[in-house]
Parts: sequence; C-alpha cells; structure tokens
Amino acid sequence: MAPRQEALLNYCIALGDDSLMLGHRLSEWCRNGPFLEEDLALTNTALDFIGRARMFFSYAAEIDDKGRSEDDFAYLRDCREYRNFLINELPNGDFAFTMARQLMVDAYDVGFFAGLSQSSDPMLAGIAAKAIKESRYHLRRSEDWILRLGDGTEESHERTQNAFNALWGYAAEMFDMTDEEQQLVKAGIAVDRGGLKADWVTTMHAVLSKATLEIPADSWAIGGGRKGEHSEHLGFLLAELQFLQRAYPGQQW
Amino acid sequence: MVVDSNTTETARLFDILSSVVDPEIPVLTLQDLGVLRDISVDGSEVTVTITPTYAGCPAMETMRADIESALATAGYKQVVVQQKLSPAWTTDWMSQSGREKLRAYGIAPPVSTTCGQSGGQIECPQCNSAEVKRISEFGSTACKALYQCQDCREPFDYFKCI
Repeated sequence: MAPRQEALLNYCIALGDDSLMLGHRLSEWCRNGPFLEEDLALTNTALDFIGRARMFFSYAAEIDDKGRSEDDFAYLRDCREYRNFLINELPNGDFAFTMARQLMVDAYDVGFFAGLSQSSDPMLAGIAAKAIKESRYHLRRSEDWILRLGDGTEESHERTQNAFNALWGYAAEMFDMTDEEQQLVKAGIAVDRGGLKADWVTTMHAVLSKATLEIPADSWAIGGGRKGEHSEHLGFLLAELQFLQRAYPGQQW
Repeated sequence: MVVDSNTTETARLFDILSSVVDPEIPVLTLQDLGVLRDISVDGSEVTVTITPTYAGCPAMETMRADIESALATAGYKQVVVQQKLSPAWTTDWMSQSGREKLRAYGIAPPVSTTCGQSGGQIECPQCNSAEVKRISEFGSTACKALYQCQDCREPFDYFKCI
C-alpha cells in the first residue's frame, strides 16, 4: 500500500474510533437517563456518532488492502490498535460529566467537520458535510445544558465545575497533530487540527463564563490516543462492545 | 412521435416506489421525505440512489429492503440500492404535500427553509396554536424534537429542521 493510501486509511480509522467510542459511551445512558426525554436525547446522539463511525469504517474498508470490513474495524481490534482521543473513551461519570465532555467534543467537532467538509477527498468531505449539521445541533443542546447546570443549583454548579476540572487536560491532544496527518494536510485531505484551537477556546470561554463556571487552568495535559496509548478504561469498554463478536465470530443481524 | 423508452421506464419505476414509505412515519413516501434521489436503468439492472436522513438512522436498512421488495414484486430482479452522502440531506427537500401529510398525522413539519437557521413559527398540529414549548431537542426518533402546546396541552413531535 502506498504511504499516502496508508495514511488515509489510518486517518479514517482514527475518525471512526473517535465516533465509535463516544457513541458507545452515550449508548450506555440508555434507560439510565435522568428523565425520559433526556434518555431519548442521549441515545439519539449516540446513534449519530455510531452512524458516523460506520461511514468512516466503511470508507476505510474500501481503502484497506487486507479485505477488512467495517465490522472488523469496530469489533476485531485490540486496545493498542484503536486511535481515538482519550476523552471519548472515559466512563460517563455523572450527568454533568457527560454533558461537559459533550460540550468539549461538540465544540471541537463543529470546527473540525467545517474543515473536513473542504477536504479534497470527496468521500471525507461528504461525511463531514453530513456530520456538521448534526454537530451544530448537538452543540446547541450541550451548551444549553451547561448553562442550566452551571448556573443552576449549588450542587449542579459544583458537579459541573468538577467535571470540567477533571476533563480539561484531555483537550490538548485534540489539537496535537501526528506526522502522518501533516502529510495529509499538505495534500489537502486532512484538517490542520492545531488551527482549530483558538476558536474552540473562544467557544469554551464564552459558554463557561455565561454558565458562571471557572475556566480550568492549563496545568496538565494527557494524550496518546492517536498513537494507540489509552486509559485503563478502554479495555473494559471493548469487553462489552466486542463480546458478541468474540463469543460468536462472524455473527450478523 | 418518438418516445424515450428509458424515460418512460424511469417514470414507471418512480411510480412503483411511490408505494414505499418511511417505516417510522408511514404517511411519508421516500420521495416526500427527499430520501429517494435518483433511479437509473441500464439494460435489466435498476440502480436506486438514496441518501440517509441522519448518519445513524436505523430506518435506512428497512427502506433499502422495502425498495428491493417493491421492485421485485413489480418484476425487477436486478436491483442495486446505493447510498449517496453528498449533497447532504436537508429537510428543505421535503415536499409540500409531505409537510401537509405530516401535520395531518400529528407531527409539526419543519418550519424554516434554510437549514440550521430558525425561521418560521412552530405550530401545534392539533389546534394550530403558536403557543408551544420545547420539551426536548430530541423526540421519538433522531429526526424529531419534542414539544408541548400551551393551549391544548397536547405534547407533539416536531420534525427538526436540519
């Protein structure tokens, strides 16, 4: 496989992994939502992310020279082969934690997919044009929730502040480019994620201050997801996500 | 008079597929919804192009199967249903008759024509009151949000504008 094709394949897999992990985490809220409407909202959002994962993995399967299918990418890899940002694999925590993460990811996705919709690769541009509409909608909802939680009761404020404090350092790797991605940026295929940071910070500052929350200090940062270095949580997530395919290999709906 | 047999055939195919409806909102045909984008015929092979509403819409597989079965019943054996992502589906593509059918079915149709921008006023599909309150950004399916009428108190689904 030519280096360019391999870089594109890895790019699609990483984007699929981001969507798959967050989609899976959100789906864990099914029947655990704080109230029925929110249960529906969380699981509908999960569907949007899982749908994206399918699109990226299907495209990866077209490029792949080993004949792997979208299901192979989703179900038959081990921890170190996944390339998602760590923020997407973190356990849900409480509702404040889930929505704080959602705001951080949604704000990032709106910028990222706007960039990717301009990709010279027509398939990536098509997926991005679809995803950005959903992400704008997601952002509206996560922003709304952070305002309600941050500027809500003493307890909701405290929990939301704790969530941002615990999540803040996970944002760094979203703007940290790999060498392989830089090559794709030069070819007009990938998005220069480093360039998205300023807008993201502006959005976060605007929402958090309106929600009477403190912007956490940039005192720590953790990354490694794009290199396959994960938190201890991913293995447990995969144990559930992959159980059926491991127990009944090749099983289909 | 010369009749383009291919055009006639395509028209017949569109006619056949007008019986295929959204499995989750059975008053809307796939054409009303804007999901059915194109039909082309090459010899004995029929290619139907559809576009997904939402990336993860679980109804897409059912729509695909229903298209294949409607065409098979009409005698078309070689059918390819392909998915096209670009241009991305928008509620702007929903037909006027589709919007009316939605309202009659009890779902408020999307109000604005420019996707993503809020425009018109959402009205209660039961009593037409404009005094409505949003309950949740999401409803029973990915394409809907949940509202309640402040006059007749009925909760209702609103087809999101996207």
